[in-house]
Amino acid sequence: MKIIRSARSGNPEERDSDTGRSVLMRLELPSDPNLLCAVRGAVERLTESFGFSPEDCRAVIRAVDEALTNIIRHAYGGRPDQPIEMSFRSIRRQPDSNDAEGIEILLCDRGPAIKPEQLCVRALEEVKPGGLGLHFIQQSMDIVEYKRTNGTNCLRLVKYIRAPKQEVNS
Amino acid sequence: MQISSRQLETATIFDVTGDIDLANSPAVRKALLREVREKRTQRVVMNLSNVRYIDSSGVASLVEGLKASRDVGSRFILFGLSTSAREVLQLSRLLKIFEVYDNEEQALAG
Repeated sequence: MKIIRSARSGNPEERDSDTGRSVLMRLELPSDPNLLCAVRGAVERLTESFGFSPEDCRAVIRAVDEALTNIIRHAYGGRPDQPIEMSFRSIRRQPDSNDAEGIEILLCDRGPAIKPEQLCVRALEEVKPGGLGLHFIQQSMDIVEYKRTNGTNCLRLVKYIRAPKQEVNS
Repeated sequence: MQISSRQLETATIFDVTGDIDLANSPAVRKALLREVREKRTQRVVMNLSNVRYIDSSGVASLVEGLKASRDVGSRFILFGLSTSAREVLQLSRLLKIFEVYDNEEQALAG
């Protein structure tokens, strides 16, 4: 696994040339399931330092892990040597605001295009194994979008930082 | 991830340490199904106290263990769920489907 850049330890002012958003981290890794643990560790540290609550840190870790699992299993059919690229950027709900309010994660692979039926979440009423990964991703993130561009599958995940819950004093 | 088993009267307890994800959930599935289908153990208990993370493939392995135990009329019990493990079972609406206890004593007494 190759960590290309980590803005928390590097230059936080560095911006993506296409979007103008702050790049927090880029990862390049092969489609090897044994690397999932290392990615979860990197995402955990990034989300903690970014200011997410423990619950939301776990949500982002879960979504990234499940998205990578889907790429490894479905896009690459379990082959462990295929390329996956990930980037993490800080984003704002309002472009003019100075406050970083969330994190945008792009996961890109070069497997075959995803069929529309593969993006459908199965009903949970029936107790059976499998088909839960996409459900976990959708439950964990605020935005989940898929795009196919120039032979590349790109999944975009966004999670916003939630305001701390206010204590109500009686 | 490491998985080991021990016998306690009519129960087999699997002690799992580490994360259960795509890299190792097949090993969990294989161990569970062997215990339930081949050995016909009356109570199969999963000690998840040292499991910090379970992904959807890990949940699928647990569901297979549960369904296999129902098929042969045995019990399949979980205890020691981490916050993360409890969350994925809640998200998949499976928390109430499994027999879940806080610790080993309760799991064996239940």
